[in-house]
Amino acid sequence: MDEIVKVVRDYVTREYLEEGDEREITETTPLISGGIVDSFSMVSLLRFLEKKYSIHIPDAAATPDAFDTVQSIAALVRRFQKAEV
Amino acid sequence: MSDPPSYEELSANFSWSIAEQELGHQPGDPINIGWMCSDRICRMGLANKLALHWEDYQGNEKQFTFDDLRVLSNTIAHFLSELGIRPGERVCLFMDRVPELYIGFLGVLKMGGVVQPLFSAFGDESLFVRLQDANTSAIVTQKKHVHKVRKIREHLPNLRYIILVDAGESPLQQSEVSFPMDQARRIEDFAVYPTTAESPSVLHYTSGTTGQPKGAQHVHYSVISQYLTAKWVLDLRPDDVYWCNADPGWVTGTSYGIIGPWSNGITQVVFDSGFNAERWYEFIEKHRVTVWYSAPTAIRLLMKEGTEIVQRHDLSSLRHLASVGEPLNAEAVVWSQKVFGTPFHDTFWQTETGCIVITNLPGMPVKPGSMGKAFPGITATVLHPKTYEAVNQTGIAGLIALRPGWPSQIRGYWNNEAGFKAKFKNGWYLCGDRASIDADGYFWFMGRDDDVINTGGHLVGPFEIESALLEHHAVAESAAVAKPDPVNMEVVKAFVTLKRGYDPSGDLELEIMNHIRKRLSPLAMPQEIEFVDCLPKTRSGKIVRRILRCKEFHEPVGDLSTIMDD
Repeated sequence: MDEIVKVVRDYVTREYLEEGDEREITETTPLISGGIVDSFSMVSLLRFLEKKYSIHIPDAAATPDAFDTVQSIAALVRRFQKAEV
Repeated sequence: MSDPPSYEELSANFSWSIAEQELGHQPGDPINIGWMCSDRICRMGLANKLALHWEDYQGNEKQFTFDDLRVLSNTIAHFLSELGIRPGERVCLFMDRVPELYIGFLGVLKMGGVVQPLFSAFGDESLFVRLQDANTSAIVTQKKHVHKVRKIREHLPNLRYIILVDAGESPLQQSEVSFPMDQARRIEDFAVYPTTAESPSVLHYTSGTTGQPKGAQHVHYSVISQYLTAKWVLDLRPDDVYWCNADPGWVTGTSYGIIGPWSNGITQVVFDSGFNAERWYEFIEKHRVTVWYSAPTAIRLLMKEGTEIVQRHDLSSLRHLASVGEPLNAEAVVWSQKVFGTPFHDTFWQTETGCIVITNLPGMPVKPGSMGKAFPGITATVLHPKTYEAVNQTGIAGLIALRPGWPSQIRGYWNNEAGFKAKFKNGWYLCGDRASIDADGYFWFMGRDDDVINTGGHLVGPFEIESALLEHHAVAESAAVAKPDPVNMEVVKAFVTLKRGYDPSGDLELEIMNHIRKRLSPLAMPQEIEFVDCLPKTRSGKIVRRILRCKEFHEPVGDLSTIMDD
């Protein structure tokens, strides 16, 4: 599994799934539309990504759509990792 | 289809008795919202009409007719009565937007209980202070949320039952009972508790500047206002398919997500899903939604997604759009007119009013950016902030005030008479917001008049956030204020001083943010934390949030004579 996907998936599972929530987070689990991460909580996830990968993701790119799955989040991280190089 | 009547026509000879007559009260009928939204609709010959079409983000769907509402709410009422829950006791509904939440709401009311709806994203601390204050007897919840109740259970001696609607084969702990609504024995006949107009119905918690959240106490007579405002403001008609985005954990979700539409016998659709523009438009298209009651935050998020996505869907069913939560900016009104062919009509009200009080009615010209005019039967003005006399000049800002006495006005705050009394000045109820009125009687929102933060249409009290911040091991002092935000109007910003031995860092900021999100709710989580050496205080040591807030809004801070030099 892609390292970024694993890190994001583990972080979302640890920080955003409530205890007793038996859903398994996969690469394609809907996070925003599935109610696991809401638009307010997105900010803390954004901070985590920026800190972990030393990148800056502008507000315009941090859309609910871009944060809706682990897969799309990983793609977003890779995009801005390249941009920072 | 006929045009809606004008504002002047609706205002002429207005009386709330219009609603009383239309609701068709007959001798012997209970004045009970649960009964009025189900049994009464069946008696009108609409038993087989679709009342609720529910869908979740995974595509699961369920449908309920008004007769299903009647029988299943009977079933829930019977279940609670058999458990020993007595009329007047508080029953908390702590669930996602599942059918059990909507139908349970009616069931609790039918057995005479007081419904205490709470937002399912609340953390254990937010939940605890509200359950403790209300002395709640039972809570109805889901497996995914029960751990939060279990964490605080031992500190709530009056909480007798934790009712799980989806326990399945999961082991239950002490005081927990299983109630799978779909599998329960259906109760055809239930003797609805004979509540009266003034019997308590719903207890919604709302945040203030000081102290913990207050329980706003509604009564069954509120249905008069909710029925008529839903019909007139949301323009609900018999064949409509109505969608209200609000969660019943907040007052919009009960006044206009349950009581308003169902007391009008209207079919509503519920989408238990977070925000996703594509999915939302698909939902409207699929269900042929005609009336949509949304919120500025959601509308601004949709605007960000552009118009191309709108054009990919057939949204021609939409006939009337309305918005609530925080003021709807002019751009959003203009945008909606352009892409949907009809503007979002802004509505203004709050937990304490129980119903829409200032609004853009369908039959009046919309002035983009304005809140609209007082609903017929509501006397609204703006008051001078010091004298509490009406500002009788157009364009001059004052405190939004309402003349008390409309049916859905709350009857008090739970266990907090002083707090309730403080909301009234000079014979007016103060909303806590500032506005001006133009020459045509339209209100124009200016801002809050206190430290309460309106984020995404929800009020968040700074005290609650600051208390939770102080629970964090690194935090010495804190202040929570509003910060302007292009999508949510305001977001929470926290100013924090650290204890000796801790240094500001990105890790610490994230840790504190997540601490608040889990303890309180995502809404209360500061979107930014600024570490400071000291906070502005009065000479008596009280933190002055006003100064911090003004800086965020680039406003003058005003009189600093009482501030301690540092």
